[in-house]
Amino acid sequence: MNAITPTSAISAELPEAAPLNLSRRGFVGGVGALVLGISLPGGSARAQGAAAAIVPGTRVRAFLEIRPDSSVLFRSPFIEGGQGIFTAMAQIVGEELDVEPSKFVVEGAPPGRDYLLIGGGRFTGGSMSVRRSYETMRKLGASARQMLLQAAATRLGVPVSSLSTQPGRVVHAASGRAVAYGEIAEAAAGLPVPANVPLRRPVDFRWIGKPVPRLDVRDKSTGKIRYAIDLKLEGMLHAAVQHAGRLGLEPSAFANEAEVRAMPGVHSIHRLPGAVAVLATSWWRARRAVETLQVTWTETSPGSVRVMPADFSSEAHMAKLKAMPGQGVAFETVGDAARAFDRARTVVEATYDAPYLAHAQLEPPSALAHWSQDGTLELWLPNQAPEMFQADAAKVAGIAPEKVIIHSPPLGGFFGRHFLYQTANPYPQAIALAKAVGRPVKLIWSREEEFLRDALRPMSVARFRAGLDADGLPIALQAVTVTEGPTGRWFGRQPDKVDSSTVEGIAGKVYAIPNRRVGQIHVDDPAILGFWRSVGHSMNDFFYETFFDEMADVGRHDPYELRLRLLAASPRHKALLEAVADLAGGWRRGPFAAADGSRRARGVAMASPFGSEVATIAEVSLRDGEVIVHDVWVAIDPGSIVNPAVIESQVNSAVALGLSSALLEEVVYEKGMPRARNYDGYPILSPDKMPKVHVRIVESGAPMGGIGEPGLPGVPPAVANAVSVLAGKRIRSLPLSKIDLKGSQG
Amino acid sequence: MELSINGSKHQVEVEPDTPLLWVLRDELGLTGTKYGCGLAQCGACTVLIDGQATRSCVTPVESVAAAQITTIEAIASDVVGQKVVEAWVTHQVPQCGYCQSGQVMAATALLKQSPQPSDADIASAMVNLCRCGTYNAIAAAVRHAARA
Ligand code: FES
Ligand code: FES
Repeated sequence: MNAITPTSAISAELPEAAPLNLSRRGFVGGVGALVLGISLPGGSARAQGAAAAIVPGTRVRAFLEIRPDSSVLFRSPFIEGGQGIFTAMAQIVGEELDVEPSKFVVEGAPPGRDYLLIGGGRFTGGSMSVRRSYETMRKLGASARQMLLQAAATRLGVPVSSLSTQPGRVVHAASGRAVAYGEIAEAAAGLPVPANVPLRRPVDFRWIGKPVPRLDVRDKSTGKIRYAIDLKLEGMLHAAVQHAGRLGLEPSAFANEAEVRAMPGVHSIHRLPGAVAVLATSWWRARRAVETLQVTWTETSPGSVRVMPADFSSEAHMAKLKAMPGQGVAFETVGDAARAFDRARTVVEATYDAPYLAHAQLEPPSALAHWSQDGTLELWLPNQAPEMFQADAAKVAGIAPEKVIIHSPPLGGFFGRHFLYQTANPYPQAIALAKAVGRPVKLIWSREEEFLRDALRPMSVARFRAGLDADGLPIALQAVTVTEGPTGRWFGRQPDKVDSSTVEGIAGKVYAIPNRRVGQIHVDDPAILGFWRSVGHSMNDFFYETFFDEMADVGRHDPYELRLRLLAASPRHKALLEAVADLAGGWRRGPFAAADGSRRARGVAMASPFGSEVATIAEVSLRDGEVIVHDVWVAIDPGSIVNPAVIESQVNSAVALGLSSALLEEVVYEKGMPRARNYDGYPILSPDKMPKVHVRIVESGAPMGGIGEPGLPGVPPAVANAVSVLAGKRIRSLPLSKIDLKGSQG
Repeated sequence: MELSINGSKHQVEVEPDTPLLWVLRDELGLTGTKYGCGLAQCGACTVLIDGQATRSCVTPVESVAAAQITTIEAIASDVVGQKVVEAWVTHQVPQCGYCQSGQVMAATALLKQSPQPSDADIASAMVNLCRCGTYNAIAAAVRHAARA
């Protein structure tokens, strides 16, 4: 537990750490706080020799450093991107350690075996962070507390059993003496990590489950927080790139190289795979120069890289998906759907679709690369999986992974953008440029380059067929999606298996429909695909939950009542649906007249994403054909919770993004290129379109589920179901902005 | 060229049509002002020019040579700015935080011009984009700051 010690002790253990710190000293401007605790024993890539023996999440010293003033530095295995994970870690560890969360300083941990807490790897995403690490982090805090108690017992010469703790100190009640954690941290550091430590009883929790303020809010309200894009090293050059319009083109001739070379501040011009770059003394100069450069782009030899066909269009690809026949590979089979159709009185069929989406996070991608004299490479870059980036950067750089030092600054927007996506990350370019000029290079992609190279939420088509009995109740449901999923794309796909990300939200539904089959037809997608907040759920729940209303309408049932009825055997879901209706002042579908004279309707949807359960109601009107969403009510059951205020924020955020996708968003490709290159062509939700959001948290006690993504999937179907009522026609395609609703309002 | 930023004078050697944003960020190290779109779409780059909320990504630096420029770095030394920051903390507004420098500057400009803004005033002044969807918290915090 050397990490509960001053950093000098750590450096002594790791003499070669000194050169690594040189560049940090070179940082210009107030980043002093970042320096603390960077030379980490064992957690550092340099201590790989001992790595095999490390059990992730157990070595207190890799995570915690108690400073002389009893404040706590915590190295988070998870990256902060606004989801509140740093605060959650402080709450959970602080609860057991007995330190107020506000006394924590949390930073993203460097690569290292200690932090591989997600199935033997490390990845911030899938709304997994808290639920997968909750017990581990509690034990970590409790172990450290035990070590501090032991050290205090030695110091005071009393038995451990006579000691207790108060926030930040050990107290000996009998003598009235107390020792601050900071005073005994060094002694505690030398003690072994105890094997079994008692944990606090949940009824005694002071911070877990409470709306503890987030730790970074003041810095984020005063411009003090530093993102990757803000960092600067001494001697650094700024880089801007111009990418080929399509993947598969390479730069050949430059028509005006001399002119560009002579532009103000220009240092050099570089050819990169599928791109050209200019280095200059400021980013603006680099950008202006690289965009002035007239480049001839030529096709590469076939097979060498992933190629975007010159004639590719999203419209044609959608038509191709819709034309694919068959039922695909089965993913979920319950009963015998095919035979149950023989008994059906009525059959309902519909085909749905959803477009490509861009992440459009507000911080454009960047990477800062610095090659040290000793051949190590330091990288500062937004990422959600440091070890994966380290491994890939090492490959790109042609050096061993332990020679790559990855820094993971806070993310200016998460949403799935910062995973390792081939061709969608700037760091390979930054590595090459820094190597070429022997100086640190910070590369920023302009917003236009980001829209050109972002990894997209896939487009998808879903075909549904349902059989209803004489009472209008569904007895059979067949669904097939036609698409390619991001999980298969990046983690490997087996031809005879369904990529679960293509059917999640259609499979795994809780309604009592006795015969079901859900399948997928795989169609290769030429675009670079990515994970987008709530992944497959972002569209599949729209498909399923709007088709549900179609079944209800054909069977002459109210869609809310039909859901309740089909959830009769599932008390958790039934209670949640009733909770959201209660929150909304009761269910009514409409149309009805609101107090302001508008004609409104409500839609409802259920979703089961990322281990949580969610019920959503949206209230909508139409004005001149435009969809106005007035209120969104969300009841969310994550089983148990850590911070209700964070949950409320995350639900607000998820509602905004879900609504943005439902109303506005669509990446359109023509001639192999995206049509929109900035927010003017790819509008995202603006403040005037934000509905009121009402959240109710239900703690059913079920296993802990995710928080960051689950609020999203219910929003598009709830809105679309309400719009269908007002428009008098079903909505089967997104976004709503491309559907003509003029003349639909009453 | 001489610029007056946050109450002090700065000499910069840049092309006159360089956007103010990049002068702040790359020449002066004032990175609290953010680049989001470069096209006056998002508002992440909002600063005050003579008290007016202005998108610095499309403001040529030569056009503000005679003006008082205020950035987020000076927010704590401004009475209205302080109130806005406290309201932002109270309402726990930021999520990823990337848009928030611009949001705080826009709110400060609004409250300087109309200390008691109506909801319509707030809606017409607070138009910056936030991909994290903090809009409701922003509106609540602006109302709070107006009361403070
Ligand atoms: S960066 Fe200036 S408005 Fe977006
Ligand atoms: S807080 Fe993330 S963009 Fe506004």
